[in-house]
Amino acid sequence: MAVKVSLKVNGKSVSVEVEERTLLVTVIRENLRLTGTHVGCDTAQCGACTVSMNGKAVKSCSILAMQAEGADVMTIEGVAKADGTLHAMQAAFKEHHGLQCGFCTPGMVMNAIDFAKSHPNPSEQEIREALEGNLCRCTGYHNIVKAIGAGAKAMAAGK
Amino acid sequence: MHAFKYHRPASVNDAAALAKGEAKLLAGGQTLVQTMKLRLASPSDIIDLGTIKDLAGIKSDGKSVTVGAMTRHAEVAHSADVKKAIPALAALAGMIGDRQVRAMGTCGGSIANNDPAADYPAAVLALNATITTNKGKYEADKFFKGMFTTALGAGEIITSVSFQVPKRAAYTKFKNPASRFAIVGVFVADFGGSVRVAVTGAGPAVFRQADMEKALGAKFAPESVANIKQKQDGLNSDMHASAEYRAHLVTVMARRAVEAALR
Ligand SMILES: Cc1cc2nc3c(=O)[nH]c(=O)nc-3n(C[C@H](O)[C@H](O)[C@H](O)COP(=O)(O)OP(=O)(O)OC[C@H]3O[C@@H](n4cnc5c(N)ncnc54)[C@H](O)[C@@H]3O)c2cc1C
Ligand code: FES
Ligand code: FES
Repeated sequence: MAVKVSLKVNGKSVSVEVEERTLLVTVIRENLRLTGTHVGCDTAQCGACTVSMNGKAVKSCSILAMQAEGADVMTIEGVAKADGTLHAMQAAFKEHHGLQCGFCTPGMVMNAIDFAKSHPNPSEQEIREALEGNLCRCTGYHNIVKAIGAGAKAMAAGK
Repeated sequence: MHAFKYHRPASVNDAAALAKGEAKLLAGGQTLVQTMKLRLASPSDIIDLGTIKDLAGIKSDGKSVTVGAMTRHAEVAHSADVKKAIPALAALAGMIGDRQVRAMGTCGGSIANNDPAADYPAAVLALNATITTNKGKYEADKFFKGMFTTALGAGEIITSVSFQVPKRAAYTKFKNPASRFAIVGVFVADFGGSVRVAVTGAGPAVFRQADMEKALGAKFAPESVANIKQKQDGLNSDMHASAEYRAHLVTVMARRAVEAALR
Protein backbone atom coordinates (compact mmCIF):
# COMPACT_ATOMS: atom_id res chain seq x y z
CA MET A 1 0.00 0.00 0.00
CA ALA A 2 1.22 3.50 -0.74
CA VAL A 3 1.89 5.64 2.29
CA LYS A 4 3.29 9.12 2.71
CA VAL A 5 6.65 9.87 4.27
CA SER A 6 7.77 13.42 5.00
CA LEU A 7 11.32 14.39 5.81
CA LYS A 8 13.91 17.07 5.20
CA VAL A 9 16.60 16.30 2.66
CA ASN A 10 19.49 18.72 2.24
CA GLY A 11 17.49 21.42 3.96
CA LYS A 12 14.37 21.03 1.83
CA SER A 13 11.12 19.54 3.12
CA VAL A 14 9.96 16.70 0.92
CA SER A 15 6.98 14.41 0.99
CA VAL A 16 6.84 11.26 -1.11
CA GLU A 17 4.42 8.41 -1.66
CA VAL A 18 6.11 5.07 -1.12
CA GLU A 19 5.35 1.46 -0.40
CA GLU A 20 5.80 0.68 3.28
CA ARG A 21 8.73 -1.62 2.53
CA THR A 22 10.70 1.09 0.68
CA LEU A 23 14.24 1.73 1.89
CA LEU A 24 15.53 5.20 2.69
CA VAL A 25 18.18 4.83 -0.02
CA THR A 26 15.47 4.11 -2.60
CA VAL A 27 13.64 7.31 -1.71
CA ILE A 28 16.88 9.26 -1.99
CA ARG A 29 17.99 7.77 -5.31
CA GLU A 30 14.73 7.01 -7.10
CA ASN A 31 12.11 9.39 -5.76
CA LEU A 32 14.41 12.36 -5.20
CA ARG A 33 16.90 11.46 -7.96
CA LEU A 34 19.85 12.21 -5.67
CA THR A 35 22.11 9.53 -7.14
CA GLY A 36 25.28 10.61 -5.32
CA THR A 37 24.32 8.17 -2.57
CA HIS A 38 25.40 4.76 -3.88
CA VAL A 39 24.35 1.19 -3.27
CA GLY A 40 27.36 -1.11 -3.16
CA CYS A 41 26.39 -4.19 -1.25
CA ASP A 42 22.77 -3.66 -0.18
CA THR A 43 23.62 -5.72 2.91
CA ALA A 44 24.91 -3.12 5.45
CA GLN A 45 28.55 -3.98 4.82
CA CYS A 46 30.12 -1.42 2.46
CA GLY A 47 28.94 2.03 3.62
CA ALA A 48 28.55 3.42 0.07
CA CYS A 49 24.97 4.37 1.00
CA THR A 50 26.01 6.39 4.10
CA VAL A 51 24.00 9.56 4.65
CA SER A 52 23.58 11.79 7.66
CA MET A 53 20.28 11.35 9.51
CA ASN A 54 19.63 13.82 12.33
CA GLY A 55 23.35 14.56 12.37
CA LYS A 56 24.55 10.95 12.49
CA ALA A 57 26.10 8.87 9.71
CA VAL A 58 23.91 5.85 8.96
CA LYS A 59 23.60 3.25 6.21
CA SER A 60 20.53 4.20 4.20
CA CYS A 61 20.23 0.71 2.67
CA SER A 62 19.45 -0.64 6.14
CA ILE A 63 16.78 1.84 7.14
CA LEU A 64 13.15 1.87 6.06
CA ALA A 65 12.01 5.17 4.61
CA MET A 66 9.27 5.10 7.27
CA GLN A 67 11.94 5.16 9.99
CA ALA A 68 13.08 8.51 8.58
CA GLU A 69 9.70 10.22 9.02
CA GLY A 70 10.37 13.75 10.25
CA ALA A 71 14.14 13.26 10.06
CA ASP A 72 16.71 15.73 8.84
CA VAL A 73 18.71 13.92 6.18
CA MET A 74 21.83 15.19 4.42
CA THR A 75 23.28 13.48 1.37
CA ILE A 76 26.54 14.13 -0.47
CA GLU A 77 24.66 16.59 -2.71
CA GLY A 78 23.99 18.77 0.33
CA VAL A 79 27.48 19.22 1.76
CA ALA A 80 29.04 21.72 -0.68
CA LYS A 81 28.02 25.38 -0.55
CA ALA A 82 25.31 26.59 -2.92
CA ASP A 83 27.95 28.35 -5.03
CA GLY A 84 29.78 25.05 -5.52
CA THR A 85 32.58 25.65 -3.01
CA LEU A 86 33.52 22.21 -1.70
CA HIS A 87 33.05 21.24 1.96
CA ALA A 88 36.39 21.09 3.81
CA MET A 89 36.20 17.27 3.84
CA GLN A 90 35.49 17.09 0.11
CA ALA A 91 38.37 19.48 -0.54
CA ALA A 92 40.67 17.29 1.56
CA PHE A 93 39.69 14.17 -0.44
CA LYS A 94 40.55 16.06 -3.64
CA GLU A 95 43.80 17.48 -2.27
CA HIS A 96 45.04 14.14 -0.89
CA HIS A 97 43.77 12.07 -3.78
CA GLY A 98 41.51 10.10 -1.44
CA LEU A 99 39.70 8.36 -4.27
CA GLN A 100 40.21 6.47 -7.48
CA CYS A 101 36.97 5.30 -9.12
CA GLY A 102 34.93 7.36 -6.66
CA PHE A 103 32.23 4.78 -6.01
CA CYS A 104 32.84 4.61 -2.26
CA THR A 105 33.59 8.33 -1.91
CA PRO A 106 30.15 9.78 -1.09
CA GLY A 107 29.81 7.31 1.79
CA MET A 108 33.37 7.91 2.91
CA VAL A 109 32.84 11.68 2.97
CA MET A 110 29.49 11.47 4.79
CA ASN A 111 30.94 9.19 7.45
CA ALA A 112 34.11 11.29 7.72
CA ILE A 113 32.18 14.53 8.27
CA ASP A 114 30.22 12.99 11.14
CA PHE A 115 33.37 11.44 12.63
CA ALA A 116 35.32 14.71 12.41
CA LYS A 117 32.69 16.57 14.45
CA SER A 118 33.79 14.61 17.53
CA HIS A 119 37.43 14.13 16.43
CA PRO A 120 38.98 17.47 15.49
CA ASN A 121 42.48 16.01 15.40
CA PRO A 122 42.15 12.24 14.94
CA SER A 123 45.03 9.78 15.03
CA GLU A 124 45.59 7.40 12.13
CA GLN A 125 44.33 4.56 14.33
CA GLU A 126 41.12 6.43 15.15
CA ILE A 127 40.50 7.16 11.48
CA ARG A 128 41.06 3.54 10.46
CA GLU A 129 38.63 2.37 13.15
CA ALA A 130 36.07 4.94 12.00
CA LEU A 131 36.28 3.42 8.51
CA GLU A 132 35.30 -0.09 9.65
CA GLY A 133 31.93 0.33 7.95
CA ASN A 134 33.21 1.76 4.66
CA LEU A 135 34.82 -0.45 2.04
CA CYS A 136 36.95 0.81 -0.83
CA ARG A 137 37.97 -1.56 -3.60
CA CYS A 138 40.49 0.80 -5.20
CA THR A 139 42.65 2.95 -2.99
CA GLY A 140 44.01 0.68 -0.28
CA TYR A 141 42.68 3.34 2.16
CA HIS A 142 46.01 5.11 2.64
CA ASN A 143 45.05 8.40 1.00
CA ILE A 144 41.54 8.24 2.41
CA VAL A 145 43.05 8.14 5.90
CA LYS A 146 45.29 11.11 5.05
CA ALA A 147 42.36 13.03 3.58
CA ILE A 148 40.17 12.49 6.65
CA GLY A 149 42.96 13.62 8.98
CA ALA A 150 43.43 16.79 6.98
CA GLY A 151 39.69 17.32 6.50
CA ALA A 152 39.03 16.98 10.23
CA LYS A 153 41.68 19.59 11.03
CA ALA A 154 40.29 21.91 8.38
CA MET A 155 36.77 21.50 9.76
CA ALA A 156 38.02 22.24 13.27
CA ALA A 157 39.71 25.38 11.95
CA GLY A 158 36.31 26.47 10.67
CA LYS A 159 37.06 25.97 6.99
CA MET B 1 11.46 -7.75 0.77
CA HIS B 2 7.84 -8.88 1.05
CA ALA B 3 5.19 -6.27 1.68
CA PHE B 4 4.02 -5.57 5.24
CA LYS B 5 1.90 -3.06 7.08
CA TYR B 6 3.90 -0.48 9.01
CA HIS B 7 2.87 0.86 12.43
CA ARG B 8 4.22 3.67 14.54
CA PRO B 9 2.78 3.12 18.05
CA ALA B 10 2.99 5.92 20.60
CA SER B 11 3.46 3.70 23.66
CA VAL B 12 4.62 0.24 24.73
CA ASN B 13 0.99 -0.70 25.38
CA ASP B 14 -0.03 0.28 21.86
CA ALA B 15 2.94 -1.65 20.48
CA ALA B 16 2.00 -4.73 22.52
CA ALA B 17 -1.57 -4.58 21.23
CA LEU B 18 -0.23 -4.66 17.66
CA ALA B 19 2.38 -7.36 18.28
CA LYS B 20 0.18 -10.29 17.31
CA GLY B 21 0.49 -13.19 14.89
CA GLU B 22 3.10 -12.66 12.18
CA ALA B 23 3.90 -9.10 13.27
CA LYS B 24 7.48 -8.15 14.18
CA LEU B 25 8.96 -5.42 16.33
CA LEU B 26 11.46 -3.08 14.66
CA ALA B 27 14.18 -1.43 16.73
CA GLY B 28 17.25 -0.11 14.87
CA GLY B 29 16.60 -2.43 11.95
CA GLN B 30 20.30 -3.27 11.59
CA THR B 31 19.53 -6.98 11.70
CA LEU B 32 15.85 -7.12 10.83
CA VAL B 33 15.86 -5.02 7.63
CA GLN B 34 18.58 -7.21 6.10
CA THR B 35 16.79 -10.35 7.27
CA MET B 36 13.63 -9.17 5.55
CA LYS B 37 15.53 -8.35 2.35
CA LEU B 38 16.79 -11.93 2.30
CA ARG B 39 13.22 -13.06 3.00
CA LEU B 40 14.42 -14.94 6.04
CA ALA B 41 11.72 -12.93 7.78
CA SER B 42 8.46 -11.93 6.10
CA PRO B 43 6.38 -10.29 8.80
CA SER B 44 2.80 -9.24 8.09
CA ASP B 45 3.25 -6.12 10.18
CA ILE B 46 6.21 -4.04 11.32
CA ILE B 47 5.86 -2.30 14.65
CA ASP B 48 8.41 0.48 14.89
CA LEU B 49 9.54 1.08 18.47
CA GLY B 50 11.66 4.04 17.33
CA THR B 51 9.22 6.78 18.25
CA ILE B 52 8.28 5.52 21.72
CA LYS B 53 9.95 8.15 23.89
CA ASP B 54 10.51 6.43 27.24
CA LEU B 55 12.22 3.39 25.68
CA ALA B 56 15.55 5.17 25.15
CA GLY B 57 17.91 6.49 27.78
CA ILE B 58 20.43 5.55 30.45
CA LYS B 59 20.08 5.71 34.24
CA SER B 60 22.83 5.03 36.73
CA ASP B 61 22.41 4.85 40.51
CA GLY B 62 25.75 3.48 41.68
CA LYS B 63 24.46 -0.08 42.06
CA SER B 64 23.20 -0.59 38.56
CA VAL B 65 23.14 0.96 35.11
CA THR B 66 19.78 0.74 33.36
CA VAL B 67 19.76 0.99 29.59
CA GLY B 68 16.46 1.55 27.77
CA ALA B 69 15.74 -1.00 25.05
CA MET B 70 15.90 1.61 22.25
CA THR B 71 19.20 3.10 23.43
CA ARG B 72 21.63 3.03 20.50
CA HIS B 73 25.02 1.36 20.83
CA ALA B 74 26.72 4.74 20.21
CA GLU B 75 24.86 6.33 23.13
CA VAL B 76 26.03 3.62 25.53
CA ALA B 77 29.59 3.82 24.16
CA HIS B 78 29.76 7.59 24.70
CA SER B 79 27.71 7.88 27.91
CA ALA B 80 29.68 9.54 30.72
CA ASP B 81 27.52 7.65 33.26
CA VAL B 82 28.26 4.24 31.74
CA LYS B 83 31.96 5.03 31.34
CA LYS B 84 32.12 5.94 35.02
CA ALA B 85 30.07 3.07 36.46
CA ILE B 86 30.94 0.20 34.07
CA PRO B 87 33.67 1.23 31.64
CA ALA B 88 33.73 -2.31 30.21
CA LEU B 89 30.10 -1.94 29.11
CA ALA B 90 30.79 1.35 27.31
CA ALA B 91 33.82 -0.26 25.66
CA LEU B 92 31.75 -3.27 24.57
CA ALA B 93 29.10 -1.05 22.97
CA GLY B 94 31.86 0.83 21.16
CA MET B 95 33.20 -2.43 19.69
CA ILE B 96 29.94 -3.44 18.01
CA GLY B 97 30.04 -3.41 14.22
CA ASP B 98 31.00 -0.02 12.82
CA ARG B 99 30.06 3.55 13.69
CA GLN B 100 27.11 3.68 11.28
CA VAL B 101 25.68 0.44 12.74
CA ARG B 102 26.25 1.78 16.27
CA ALA B 103 24.25 4.92 15.41
CA MET B 104 21.15 2.80 14.74
CA GLY B 105 21.50 -0.57 16.51
CA THR B 106 19.94 -0.90 19.95
CA CYS B 107 20.57 -2.76 23.19
CA GLY B 108 17.07 -4.29 23.18
CA GLY B 109 17.35 -5.42 19.55
CA SER B 110 20.69 -7.04 20.13
CA ILE B 111 19.56 -8.95 23.21
CA ALA B 112 16.22 -10.03 21.69
CA ASN B 113 18.02 -11.23 18.58
CA ASN B 114 20.58 -13.24 20.62
CA ASP B 115 22.97 -13.80 17.74
CA PRO B 116 25.54 -16.43 18.84
CA ALA B 117 28.33 -13.94 18.04
CA ALA B 118 26.71 -10.81 19.49
CA ASP B 119 28.46 -8.76 22.16
CA TYR B 120 25.66 -7.51 24.43
CA PRO B 121 24.59 -10.99 25.61
CA ALA B 122 28.05 -11.42 27.17
CA ALA B 123 27.58 -8.22 29.19
CA VAL B 124 24.06 -9.22 30.21
CA LEU B 125 25.21 -12.58 31.51
CA ALA B 126 28.49 -11.49 33.15
CA LEU B 127 26.95 -8.42 34.81
CA ASN B 128 24.02 -10.47 36.09
CA ALA B 129 21.58 -8.13 34.40
CA THR B 130 17.83 -8.03 34.78
CA ILE B 131 15.82 -7.78 31.58
CA THR B 132 12.54 -5.91 32.00
CA THR B 133 9.74 -6.44 29.50
CA ASN B 134 6.13 -5.29 29.21
CA LYS B 135 5.17 -8.55 30.94
CA GLY B 136 7.74 -8.90 33.73
CA LYS B 137 11.40 -9.40 34.56
CA TYR B 138 13.99 -12.02 33.66
CA GLU B 139 17.29 -12.84 35.32
CA ALA B 140 20.13 -13.04 32.84
CA ASP B 141 20.74 -16.71 33.70
CA LYS B 142 17.21 -17.58 32.58
CA PHE B 143 17.01 -15.40 29.48
CA PHE B 144 19.29 -16.79 26.73
CA LYS B 145 17.94 -20.15 25.60
CA GLY B 146 19.98 -21.09 22.52
CA MET B 147 20.91 -19.94 19.06
CA PHE B 148 18.74 -16.87 18.26
CA THR B 149 16.30 -17.89 20.99
CA THR B 150 15.42 -16.27 24.31
CA ALA B 151 12.82 -16.60 27.03
CA LEU B 152 10.74 -13.84 25.40
CA GLY B 153 7.19 -14.87 24.51
CA ALA B 154 5.62 -13.98 21.16
CA GLY B 155 5.19 -10.22 20.91
CA GLU B 156 6.85 -9.60 24.29
CA ILE B 157 8.70 -6.27 24.34
CA ILE B 158 11.97 -5.60 26.17
CA THR B 159 11.73 -2.17 27.77
CA SER B 160 15.08 -1.96 29.59
CA VAL B 161 18.09 -3.87 30.83
CA SER B 162 19.69 -3.25 34.26
CA PHE B 163 23.34 -4.18 34.51
CA GLN B 164 24.84 -4.63 38.01
CA VAL B 165 27.89 -2.50 38.69
CA PRO B 166 30.89 -4.77 39.37
CA LYS B 167 34.04 -3.97 41.32
CA ARG B 168 35.97 -4.37 38.09
CA ALA B 169 35.32 -5.90 34.70
CA ALA B 170 36.57 -6.14 31.14
CA TYR B 171 35.45 -7.50 27.80
CA THR B 172 37.87 -8.74 25.18
CA LYS B 173 36.82 -9.89 21.77
CA PHE B 174 38.57 -11.66 18.96
CA LYS B 175 36.79 -10.01 16.05
CA ASN B 176 35.85 -11.52 12.77
CA PRO B 177 37.77 -9.03 10.65
CA ALA B 178 35.01 -8.75 8.05
CA SER B 179 31.85 -8.52 10.17
CA ARG B 180 33.40 -7.41 13.50
CA PHE B 181 31.13 -9.91 15.25
CA ALA B 182 32.89 -11.97 17.94
CA ILE B 183 34.63 -15.16 16.88
CA VAL B 184 35.10 -15.39 20.63
CA GLY B 185 34.39 -12.70 23.20
CA VAL B 186 34.85 -13.06 26.95
CA PHE B 187 33.36 -10.74 29.58
CA VAL B 188 34.86 -11.07 33.05
CA ALA B 189 33.19 -9.32 35.99
CA ASP B 190 34.48 -9.33 39.56
CA PHE B 191 31.83 -8.55 42.17
CA GLY B 192 34.32 -8.87 45.04
CA GLY B 193 34.29 -12.51 46.05
CA SER B 194 32.13 -13.79 43.25
CA VAL B 195 33.25 -13.64 39.65
CA ARG B 196 31.16 -14.15 36.53
CA VAL B 197 32.68 -15.12 33.18
CA ALA B 198 30.50 -15.03 30.08
CA VAL B 199 31.61 -16.37 26.70
CA THR B 200 30.04 -15.31 23.40
CA GLY B 201 30.82 -16.36 19.83
CA ALA B 202 32.16 -19.74 20.84
CA GLY B 203 28.95 -21.72 21.26
CA PRO B 204 25.38 -21.69 19.89
CA ALA B 205 24.57 -19.04 22.52
CA VAL B 206 26.36 -17.11 25.25
CA PHE B 207 27.36 -19.27 28.26
CA ARG B 208 29.11 -18.98 31.64
CA GLN B 209 32.50 -20.61 32.16
CA ALA B 210 32.17 -22.21 35.60
CA ASP B 211 35.78 -23.42 35.97
CA MET B 212 37.11 -19.97 35.29
CA GLU B 213 34.60 -18.34 37.63
CA LYS B 214 35.72 -20.63 40.44
CA ALA B 215 39.42 -20.07 39.84
CA LEU B 216 39.02 -16.30 39.57
CA GLY B 217 36.82 -16.26 42.69
CA ALA B 218 39.73 -17.78 44.60
CA LYS B 219 42.30 -15.48 43.02
CA PHE B 220 41.50 -12.73 40.52
CA ALA B 221 44.64 -12.95 38.41
CA PRO B 222 45.47 -13.82 34.78
CA GLU B 223 47.36 -16.97 35.80
CA SER B 224 44.20 -18.35 37.42
CA VAL B 225 42.65 -18.90 33.99
CA ALA B 226 45.77 -19.28 31.82
CA ASN B 227 45.71 -23.07 32.06
CA ILE B 228 41.98 -23.71 32.14
CA LYS B 229 40.98 -25.45 28.93
CA GLN B 230 37.54 -24.91 27.45
CA LYS B 231 35.93 -28.16 26.25
CA GLN B 232 35.40 -28.25 22.47
CA ASP B 233 32.17 -30.26 22.64
CA GLY B 234 29.24 -28.32 21.27
CA LEU B 235 31.27 -25.29 20.23
CA ASN B 236 30.68 -23.67 16.84
CA SER B 237 32.77 -24.84 13.93
CA ASP B 238 32.46 -22.96 10.66
CA MET B 239 34.49 -21.37 7.88
CA HIS B 240 35.69 -18.68 10.27
CA ALA B 241 37.07 -20.91 13.00
CA SER B 242 37.06 -24.55 14.11
CA ALA B 243 35.73 -25.61 17.51
CA GLU B 244 39.30 -26.40 18.55
CA TYR B 245 40.44 -22.89 17.68
CA ARG B 246 37.47 -21.30 19.42
CA ALA B 247 38.12 -23.36 22.55
CA HIS B 248 41.71 -22.14 22.56
CA LEU B 249 40.55 -18.55 22.11
CA VAL B 250 38.26 -18.77 25.15
CA THR B 251 41.28 -19.23 27.41
CA VAL B 252 43.31 -16.53 25.65
CA MET B 253 40.48 -13.98 25.68
CA ALA B 254 39.66 -14.75 29.33
CA ARG B 255 43.27 -14.23 30.37
CA ARG B 256 43.43 -10.95 28.47
CA ALA B 257 40.11 -9.83 29.96
CA VAL B 258 41.43 -10.41 33.49
CA GLU B 259 44.62 -8.51 32.62
CA ALA B 260 42.51 -5.64 31.27
CA ALA B 261 40.23 -5.63 34.32
CA LEU B 262 43.27 -5.28 36.58
CA ARG B 263 44.71 -2.34 34.64
C1 LIG C 1 27.63 -4.63 9.48
C2 LIG C 1 27.09 -5.06 10.82
C3 LIG C 1 27.99 -5.42 11.80
C4 LIG C 1 27.54 -5.84 13.05
N1 LIG C 1 28.45 -6.17 13.99
C5 LIG C 1 28.03 -6.56 15.22
C6 LIG C 1 28.96 -6.89 16.24
O1 LIG C 1 30.17 -6.80 16.05
N2 LIG C 1 28.49 -7.29 17.43
C7 LIG C 1 27.15 -7.34 17.70
O2 LIG C 1 26.79 -7.68 18.80
N3 LIG C 1 26.24 -7.01 16.77
C8 LIG C 1 26.65 -6.61 15.54
N4 LIG C 1 25.72 -6.28 14.59
C9 LIG C 1 24.29 -6.35 14.94
C10 LIG C 1 23.81 -5.03 15.53
O3 LIG C 1 24.32 -4.87 16.83
C11 LIG C 1 22.29 -4.96 15.56
O4 LIG C 1 22.02 -3.62 15.81
C12 LIG C 1 21.58 -5.79 16.60
O5 LIG C 1 21.85 -7.13 16.53
C13 LIG C 1 20.09 -5.68 16.44
O6 LIG C 1 19.67 -4.51 16.98
P1 LIG C 1 18.65 -3.59 16.22
O7 LIG C 1 18.31 -2.49 17.15
O8 LIG C 1 19.18 -3.18 14.91
O9 LIG C 1 17.38 -4.55 16.09
P2 LIG C 1 16.43 -4.95 14.88
O10 LIG C 1 17.22 -5.39 13.72
O11 LIG C 1 15.43 -3.87 14.65
O12 LIG C 1 15.68 -6.18 15.54
C14 LIG C 1 16.34 -7.41 15.78
C15 LIG C 1 15.36 -8.41 16.37
O13 LIG C 1 15.03 -8.09 17.71
C16 LIG C 1 13.63 -7.89 17.87
N5 LIG C 1 13.48 -6.76 18.80
C17 LIG C 1 14.03 -5.53 18.63
N6 LIG C 1 13.77 -4.75 19.70
C18 LIG C 1 13.06 -5.50 20.56
C19 LIG C 1 12.52 -5.25 21.87
N7 LIG C 1 12.66 -4.07 22.49
N8 LIG C 1 11.84 -6.26 22.48
C20 LIG C 1 11.70 -7.47 21.87
N9 LIG C 1 12.19 -7.75 20.65
C21 LIG C 1 12.87 -6.79 20.00
C22 LIG C 1 13.11 -7.65 16.48
O14 LIG C 1 11.75 -8.04 16.35
C23 LIG C 1 14.03 -8.50 15.63
O15 LIG C 1 13.61 -9.83 15.63
C24 LIG C 1 26.13 -5.86 13.33
C25 LIG C 1 25.23 -5.48 12.34
C26 LIG C 1 25.69 -5.08 11.09
C27 LIG C 1 24.70 -4.67 10.05
S1 FES D 1 24.88 -0.37 0.18
FE1 FES D 1 24.44 0.12 2.23
S2 FES D 1 26.14 -0.62 3.29
FE2 FES D 1 26.54 -1.25 1.24
S1 FES E 1 37.69 4.72 -4.92
FE1 FES E 1 36.89 3.01 -5.97
S2 FES E 1 35.85 1.96 -4.37
FE2 FES E 1 36.88 3.50 -3.32
